[in-house]
Amino acid sequence: MLEIRQLHKSYPIGDSSLHVLKGIDLSVKEGEMVAIMGSSGSGKSTLLNIIGMLDEADSGEYILDGLPIKNLTEKKAAVYRNKFLGFIFQSFNLINYKNALENVALPLYYQGMKRKQRQELAMFHLEKVGLANWAHHLPKELSGGQNQRVAIARALAANPKLLLADEPTGALDTTTSHEIMAFIQQLNDEGKTILMVTHEEDIANMCKRIVRLRDGVILEDVKVTQVRAEQYV
Amino acid sequence: MFDLDLWREIFQSINKNRTRSLLSGFTVSFAILLFTILFGIANGLQNTFTEAFVDDATNSIFINSGRTTKANKGLQAGRQIQFKNEDFNYIKDEFGNKVEYITARIYNNVQASFRGEQSSYSLRGVHPDHQYLEKTNVIEGRYINQNDLQNRTKVVVIGRKIEEDLFLKTTALGKYVNLSGIPYKVVGIFTDDGGDNEERIMYMPVTTSQQVYGNNDHIDQISLTYNPEMNYDQALAFSSSITRKLKERFSVAESDQRAVRVRNMAEGTKAVSQMTFGLTVIILVIGFGTLIAGVVGISNIMIFVVKERTKEIGIRKALGASPRSIVSIILIESILITAIAGYVGLLIGVGVIELVAPVLEDYFIKDPGVSNSLVIGATLTLVGAGAIAGYLPAKKASRIKPIVALRND
Repeated sequence: MLEIRQLHKSYPIGDSSLHVLKGIDLSVKEGEMVAIMGSSGSGKSTLLNIIGMLDEADSGEYILDGLPIKNLTEKKAAVYRNKFLGFIFQSFNLINYKNALENVALPLYYQGMKRKQRQELAMFHLEKVGLANWAHHLPKELSGGQNQRVAIARALAANPKLLLADEPTGALDTTTSHEIMAFIQQLNDEGKTILMVTHEEDIANMCKRIVRLRDGVILEDVKVTQVRAEQYV
Repeated sequence: MFDLDLWREIFQSINKNRTRSLLSGFTVSFAILLFTILFGIANGLQNTFTEAFVDDATNSIFINSGRTTKANKGLQAGRQIQFKNEDFNYIKDEFGNKVEYITARIYNNVQASFRGEQSSYSLRGVHPDHQYLEKTNVIEGRYINQNDLQNRTKVVVIGRKIEEDLFLKTTALGKYVNLSGIPYKVVGIFTDDGGDNEERIMYMPVTTSQQVYGNNDHIDQISLTYNPEMNYDQALAFSSSITRKLKERFSVAESDQRAVRVRNMAEGTKAVSQMTFGLTVIILVIGFGTLIAGVVGISNIMIFVVKERTKEIGIRKALGASPRSIVSIILIESILITAIAGYVGLLIGVGVIELVAPVLEDYFIKDPGVSNSLVIGATLTLVGAGAIAGYLPAKKASRIKPIVALRND
């Protein structure tokens, strides 16, 4: 599903440069649920951004579903992101003047789908996250947990191969965090491949595999016994 | 290609940010409003000047004589030059088809009386062509004709004011008016755009005038219009050629400015039209300056809009928006706001002009207004201006890196 070999990335800071990723090797198979952990500055967000094609590596290989991701034009990157990837962010990143349904339908709009079909599909995904009754509410009228569920519905709408989550529970309280995690686990059970950045140990333990980063290198890569989130809900 | 969804996106964005859209629209509306008003005023000024010259034909040339100021060919200075019928015929024959209409003028003042009423009027002996030179409108009867000239008939054509004053508003046509003891038949009544004074004039055949006043063949002034197909330069060359030939004919020195005076209306017309043109240019420059300020204003606001929407644009890009779709969404929004706001400004401007037009007439601004072609031109300019104003910010928006936009802050 995902192959990364000898990935390097550095950012220029004034005259010198900061070497953030120092040769990352990572392979993720279909259906996996991986937590990327590390303290701030360890390079975990940079890694996720490169995987998400929001950023480009300086050197190394990145193959997504057999497709080498390299020297993409902005246009091509946009098409790939739309087709292969679903994003879940810590701060939800919903468009504040669009209601839940319109937010979920947005990736479908960029796929060129017809309006009616788009709305039906968006409604289907909203039902899946249990927010069908909130479809016409604006983000500010919804709670944090509800907003994150809208964001998940949006990430799922385009039926991506890979779901990328950047601290999905970072802005939520414990109970809501567990609800969201239970939901993400359920998606994984259905076969979605999920890659998640987190710095919370208990959230990481709800994944099936933990990759620990420190100073731009992989410190540890272990399979763990998944802690089910439902039991806390 | 009409993309309904794109328009839906744009209208949603405009609608959700009403204050912002209104503010940016206001700048443009105001700029166009000023532009329209200035343009209307420029138009009005032009109309005033054009009007000032409609009284007499603009292609007129007036020839007068005076005393010589320089001795020439053995003749002393101070000699009076007097035009006669033969000079009139000379010009007519010499210049042929370059002359459109030509008439002599003999000026006299007469005491006119009809029954108990009496008044003093100026009397002009003229040729039939005079009617076209002076743009006299005969409203009743006829003008002086060739038959009158030949037979030296005692007829007059009088202005409407004379009919009102002397004939006490009764019909003058066909009646006899007494001029210094001699009765003349009124054969025509006329009006003149030149005003009331022009309507207190009597015209009689030049031959009658010569017989009655002096019994000679003297002429006070010769007026003519040149062939309207001539351009400005040709007209000037024509009048200087008349001057030269007449000076030669009367043995007047080349440099004598008094003896033979030829006044070409084309010169004045040219000067006035140049002045009007200059004025119009100044007004247009100010108008365009305002317009540019408006465009810069909207460009500024669009830059702010892009800044404000950075995060949204980042989200859209992360979800798969192509740079092109980002450019078009910003660009079309900018064009739309500019076009609508500009059009509103234009309508208000036209309304204001219509409203104040009667007042402005006192300030030499007549019938100010904007033409249809200007409206169309302005609309197109607006769309163009909107595109220019939106392009740079849109380009900037399309270069936003989603990773930067989405950074948690």
